[in-house]
Amino acid sequence: MNIAVALDDEVRQEARPRASEAGPATKRIVVGYGFWIFLLSDIVMFAAFFAAYAVLAHATAGGPSGLQLFNQRSVAIETGCLLASSYTCGLMSLVIGSRRYPATYLAALITFVLGAAFLILEVREFAGMIAVGAGPQRSAFLSAFFTLVGCHGLHVTAGLVWLVVMMAQVAIKGFRETVERRLLCFSLFWHALDIVWVWLFTVVYLMGVLS
Amino acid sequence: MTDTHYDRAPGDASALPDVEQGTSSGVLVYTIGLVLAVVLTAMSFWVANTSLFWAGGVSLGLTVLAIAQMGIHLVFFLHVTTGPDNTNNVMALAFGVLIVALVVVGSLLIMADLNDNMMPAAELMNLQMQH
Repeated sequence: MNIAVALDDEVRQEARPRASEAGPATKRIVVGYGFWIFLLSDIVMFAAFFAAYAVLAHATAGGPSGLQLFNQRSVAIETGCLLASSYTCGLMSLVIGSRRYPATYLAALITFVLGAAFLILEVREFAGMIAVGAGPQRSAFLSAFFTLVGCHGLHVTAGLVWLVVMMAQVAIKGFRETVERRLLCFSLFWHALDIVWVWLFTVVYLMGVLS
Repeated sequence: MTDTHYDRAPGDASALPDVEQGTSSGVLVYTIGLVLAVVLTAMSFWVANTSLFWAGGVSLGLTVLAIAQMGIHLVFFLHVTTGPDNTNNVMALAFGVLIVALVVVGSLLIMADLNDNMMPAAELMNLQMQH
């Protein structure tokens, strides 16, 4: 088994020209790298919101604090939804590699449903908070909270729309190179959103309920 | 063998998309990542709710767990490696992390310092009274 793998590797190494002879990078690498840079700039923007939230976390202006508002059970379910959808998104990029249409649609559907479940829970949480008078205008803490968590929610919404568009492109155009590059960017985006959520539930929800 | 042959697109498990990678090994990588992420998430929620630890250290522990989980996501879901075909991706990531750290730590330090140097409200009242 190991020998076979090693041989396979050697063949591959020999089949590929050296970097100096390989010419410019393929479009997939250039596009993926450009999107990687965009994602990092997006995360820098989130960092600014995180910093604002951390500074304003105790500026409740006599209003409700995180301890009274946050429901850990719902946050745990949201986290599970997003993590599972990140997993199925990864599986989707595997079946895209082997160009299987039904499996791709199935993985995309599960990813979409889990992402939508996350979004519904978050919107319900927001609606519940606004209903008890803890809207974004109540205190600096709540303004920062709604900006930070809402911005992540908007990203998830954009990701869901993007996923639907990508599945329409797969159905109409098939697995062309352009479509595969866009799918690569989508999976990068979706995994990056999950990383942002890891920090969100840690900093906002878990540290927010510490006494 | 040590020569850099090709760069790798971020998020790609293999440098050569045309070479058929075993799908089962790919599934295994994602599944290991999922299991580790679930364990770390569960630990985060447990650490935040247990009274077993000194309260002052809990937020530090949560930060460490979040960093660990970020690493899991990067390695198992985004396939960031230390290989030469990944140098560009890692350098960009390192720069992003540097900026994020500067923004967050810098903001917190400056605002905490401003808070410390702020005159307490009671003293302020006293000053006004003396005039």
